[in-house]
Amino acid sequence: MSVLTVDHVAVGYTNTVIIEELSAAIPEKKITTIIGPNGCGKSTLLKAIARILKTQNGAIFLDGRAIQQVSTKEIAKKMAILPQSAEAPSGLTIFELVSYGRFPHQRGFGTLKKEDLQHIHWAIEVTGLGELRDRPVEALSGGQRQRVWIAMALAQDTEILILDEPTTYLDLAHQLDILLLLKKLNEEEGKTIVMVLHDLNHASRFSHYMIAMKDGKIITEGKPEKVMKSENLKAVFDINAILMTCPFSQNPICLSYQLNKETECLLQTC
Amino acid sequence: MSDSVEESIDLKKVYKGSRPIIATVILLGGTIGLLFAIGLSVSFGAADIDFGTVWSAVFQFNPNLTTHQIIQDIRLPRVLGAGLVGACFAVAGSIMQGMTRNPLADSGLLGLNAGAAFMLAICFAFFPGLPYMYIILFSFFGAALGAGIVYGVGSLAKGGLTPMRLVLAGAAVSALLGALSEGVAIYFRIGQDLAFWNAGGVSGTKWEHLKVMSPWIIAAIIGAIMLSKSITLLSLGDEVAIGLGQRTGRIKFFGSVVVLVLAGAAVSVVGAVGFVGLIVPHLTRFLVGSDYRWIVPCSAILGSLLVILADFAARMINPPYETPIGALIALIGVPFFLYLARKGGKEL
Repeated sequence: MSVLTVDHVAVGYTNTVIIEELSAAIPEKKITTIIGPNGCGKSTLLKAIARILKTQNGAIFLDGRAIQQVSTKEIAKKMAILPQSAEAPSGLTIFELVSYGRFPHQRGFGTLKKEDLQHIHWAIEVTGLGELRDRPVEALSGGQRQRVWIAMALAQDTEILILDEPTTYLDLAHQLDILLLLKKLNEEEGKTIVMVLHDLNHASRFSHYMIAMKDGKIITEGKPEKVMKSENLKAVFDINAILMTCPFSQNPICLSYQLNKETECLLQTC
Repeated sequence: MSDSVEESIDLKKVYKGSRPIIATVILLGGTIGLLFAIGLSVSFGAADIDFGTVWSAVFQFNPNLTTHQIIQDIRLPRVLGAGLVGACFAVAGSIMQGMTRNPLADSGLLGLNAGAAFMLAICFAFFPGLPYMYIILFSFFGAALGAGIVYGVGSLAKGGLTPMRLVLAGAAVSALLGALSEGVAIYFRIGQDLAFWNAGGVSGTKWEHLKVMSPWIIAAIIGAIMLSKSITLLSLGDEVAIGLGQRTGRIKFFGSVVVLVLAGAAVSVVGAVGFVGLIVPHLTRFLVGSDYRWIVPCSAILGSLLVILADFAARMINPPYETPIGALIALIGVPFFLYLARKGGKEL
């Protein structure tokens, strides 16, 4: 079952079209990861799905309805977004930032009701920020800050979470920490998660479904075993990758790689 | 949300934030302070009038007494004008800073004030004797003109609009519009009228002005308060706001209208006084946090207070001569601006 469908979509910025025509389906209650080289249009696709960028052609369907025809507040009850470089105004505390996640559920001036407080409290606890909720967001480390934004998205109480490079700028342990949190949310809360990741091995290890893009087109998509093949990685990233099976997750991972050109050179000199 | 977690929450222990308490204290304390400042400002001036006379002039006005006339026709409208102008600049600044995420946004720095002042010069030159109710409309239009040119010039730069670039464009456009105003003033020999209007601060405020400007200002401030929750979301960034279901385009449009009305109305009374909209919202944010539902009303109160006290100081420093109020506020405003600029525009 797919909950989000991208149907022959063209999208880009004022003068440049990044994606000319693309169709895809995001499976429900699964983790889907979009991979691809810089500038391939993966963030653009994510932004189009998140209605941050308007599609120039085609349509995106959420639960069978075109998102342009549904009020943006209604969409916000089903889909939460974590942009790539979200930055909180200084002085904002964790509790305050997370409480803004309740906006789509509020009417009028937005006083927090019992239900809102429950969701905020839960979101802060599940992301492990309970001790810190009085602190200003800017006083946190990068990993904690990312958790706060995830908590805000969780307080939004949506079925779908959309994240643009949630692990960028984090160290190895904190990257894993965020991904494990997302995995837990998928397994325990049944959240549908769509994200962009740069790390292929993380993508393979944590995704049920992968979409590999290049030049605004999908090169291949499917389960990690199907996508993580050396010929696909060659086509998408122009690399020669040595793949093996991850001893932890039994998914294919990239042990090491070389640029395609380099291998050719090496082979020639040999 | 898991049921188990839901049940385990004791709502009495759920943290709700402490800011509302501070904000309420500011609103209540500020209002009392405001009343006190108004009383102070009405009671003291170039003419020595004792407090009993002031009281009776306000509450039992006798038009035959000169002292009563001074209070009723000069000091009272002047104080109320100062309060309104302060609230206007401060609220306009807070809305601008929230909407654009630009910590240096201020109607003076971004050319709105200069635009409005320029249109006032045009008004005086081409339509002398125009009633104030039309003058204020010109002022709104001028504020829009100034903002439009600044954003236009700023966008031309490669790499788009940054806070600093906008301020530079604002300074350049303000200088240009200021020069044009001077030119118009010299050519049409209205320099004296204009100088009186611009440098005279709020001293020229009459009841007639207050009657015309109050409805505009009150409507705009109510609008600002209604928008305040949405402004808070915009201050998190456009993408986050969209994700939370905010109609960003609509909010920005209404926010801009509110800002133009506030800045235009204020300039039409006091001239192009800058920095109130820069200082007050930052101070307010420091005190009440980042929620614009509190920042907007608290800014209004603190802005009023600042301008009333500045006007009072302007009269008391060297009586019976008046120190220009714009210069006095710039005395606090310029170092504050430098401080913010040095901080690299990190704070919002």
